[in-house]
Amino acid sequence: MKYMFLLYSATHAGPAEGSPEAAAEMQEWFAYTRAMAEAGILVAGDPLHPIESATTITTRDGATVTTDGPFAETKEVLGGYYIVDVPDLDAALAWGSKAPTARYGSVEVRPVVDLSTLGGAPD
Amino acid sequence: MRAPGVAQVFAAQWPILVATLRRDLGDLDLAEDAAQEAFVEAAARWGPGTTPERPGAWLLTTARRRAIDRIRREQRFTQRLPALVEAAEGGHTPRPAGELVDDQLALIFGCCHPALDPASRVALTLREVCGLSTGQIAAGFLLSPATLGKRLVRAKAKIRTAGVPFAVPAREHLPARCAEVLRVIYLIFTEGHTSADGPALVRGDLCDEARWLAGLLAELLDRLPAVVSPHLGGGTESGTGPGAGAGSAAGSGRGSITGSPGIDHERAVALAETLGLQALMLLSDARRATRIDAHGGLVLLEDQDRTRWDRSLIAQGQATLTRALAIGHIGAYQVEAAIAALHATAPGWEQTDWRSIRGLYDQLRLLAPSDVVALNAAVATSMLEGPEAGLAEIEAIRQRGALADYRYLHAARADLLRRIGRREQAAEAYRRALELTTNPAERRFLDDRLASCTTPGP
Repeated sequence: MKYMFLLYSATHAGPAEGSPEAAAEMQEWFAYTRAMAEAGILVAGDPLHPIESATTITTRDGATVTTDGPFAETKEVLGGYYIVDVPDLDAALAWGSKAPTARYGSVEVRPVVDLSTLGGAPD
Repeated sequence: MRAPGVAQVFAAQWPILVATLRRDLGDLDLAEDAAQEAFVEAAARWGPGTTPERPGAWLLTTARRRAIDRIRREQRFTQRLPALVEAAEGGHTPRPAGELVDDQLALIFGCCHPALDPASRVALTLREVCGLSTGQIAAGFLLSPATLGKRLVRAKAKIRTAGVPFAVPAREHLPARCAEVLRVIYLIFTEGHTSADGPALVRGDLCDEARWLAGLLAELLDRLPAVVSPHLGGGTESGTGPGAGAGSAAGSGRGSITGSPGIDHERAVALAETLGLQALMLLSDARRATRIDAHGGLVLLEDQDRTRWDRSLIAQGQATLTRALAIGHIGAYQVEAAIAALHATAPGWEQTDWRSIRGLYDQLRLLAPSDVVALNAAVATSMLEGPEAGLAEIEAIRQRGALADYRYLHAARADLLRRIGRREQAAEAYRRALELTTNPAERRFLDDRLASCTTPGP
C-alpha cells in the first residue's frame, strides 16, 4: 500500500537556519531518505520551499483569483512530503515516526488512493 | 449476556469465528456478517440434543458458505473465492492451535489499534471480539443505535482505506500495544462500573465483558509462542553476536523461556499487566452488589456491607494477582490490584492496612504519575495521619491548578472538611462536586451530605 507522509511544522520550529543543529538535521534527512530507498519502499519525496514562496489560486464562477501566500493562516505548514510503498499502516507509522519533523512538528500519514482498484479508471 | 447452553457456545465461539473468517477473507465487515449469519442459522437449528458434536467447526463451515454466497452475489473479494470454497468443502480439518491464538490476538490488536479513535476501539472490540450487537453496545453506552452504527461503519472504513493491520504486533511493540488494549478493556469496565449519566450506578454487563476480555487476552498471550527478542540478544543470536566465544551460551538460552532475561521479555511484560488488570477488575467487581443501596443510592467503600462482598471473586482476584506478580514485571495495574486486594481483605474501613496502601500509592506515583493517584494517596494519608494531613495534600494538588473540575477531588475534600468540623467550607465543596456530577446515584449521595452540613448542628 502507498502512503504519503505530509511533514508539517510551525515556521520557526526546529533548528535555526545556518546553525550547526540545522546542518546535523540535514545529514539526518539524507540518512533517513537513503534508509527508505535502501529498504526499497521509497516512491517519491521532496522538501518544499518556505511558505512565503506559496501562491494560492481559486476559481469560482469562472473567475480566477490569485493570492500571495497560503489560503489560510495556519499554525503548522506543509514543509515536504514522502510517498512510500509498504505492507500496512504499522510499517508506514514506523517509518513516518523516524522523520526529524516528528520531533518538533507532525507527520500526517495518509493512504494514497490506488486508482487501479477503482472501477472505470484508465489502465 | 453470557447465559449457559447455546449462548455459552456462542460467546466462546464468536471471537474465534470472526478472527478466522477475517483472516480467510481479509475483510472485517464481511467476516462479521458471515459469522452473524452462521449464528442465526445455529440459533434456529440447534436445540437440546441437536447441537453438533463440534459446534466450532459447524459454525466455521456454515459461515464460510454464507461468505461464498455473498461474495458471488456482490462480486467483491472474488480473488478469495477458490481458497474459501476449498476450505468450506474440505470438511472439518482442525486448525493448528498456534494459528487460532494468532488470529484471535490479531483481531483484538486490530480492533484496539491506536490509529482508531478511542470510542471506536471500544465499540469495535465489543462488537467483533465480544459479539455484542450494535443495540446492546448502544444501550451500554447510552447512545442511539444509529450513532453507534455510524461509529462502527466509520471505523471499518478507516481500517480498510488506511490499511490498519490485523496482526500480532512486532515483539518490540507488544508491551505498548498491549497497554492500548488494556486501556480499551478498562474503559469498558469503568463505563459499566460508574456510568456518568446512567440511571443506575453499575451496568454489570459491561463489567462482565471487560473481565472476560482480559481473561481471553491473558490466555492468548500465555499461549503465544515465545520468541527470542533479537534486539536484546538471546539464544539464537548469540552464535554470531559478540558473546559467541562463550561457547555454550547459545544452547543454554534456547530451552528456558521466562527464566533468561531478554528472552521474550515483551510477552512477559504484556502478560503481567494483563493479569494485573484482570485481578483489579475481579477485586473491584467483588464489591458490585454493595456499591448501591436498595434505593439506587451510592454507598461509599467505608460504608459498604463487607459481608456481602463476593468472596469467590476476591479469591480469584488474589490468585490472578499472585500469578501476575510472579512474572516479575511490575506495572501500574498490578499495583492498583494490590491496593484493591488490601481493601477487599480488610475486616473494616478503620482496620484497613493504610500504611501499605499509602506505600503502594507512592509506588504507583513512580510508575504512572497522575493527579488522580496523588488524590487517592491523600485519602490514604488522611486515614493514616488524620484528616488535616490528607487535606494538606489535597490543597497541594489544588495549588498546582490540577483536578479543578474533577468531582471526586471536591467530594474527598468536602468529606475531610466535614470530619474536622469546617461545615461551611465542606458545604461549599459539596456544592462544587454536585455541579460536576451527572450520575443520579452520586448526586443523591452528595445532596444528603450537603444537607448534613447545612442543617443546624447539635
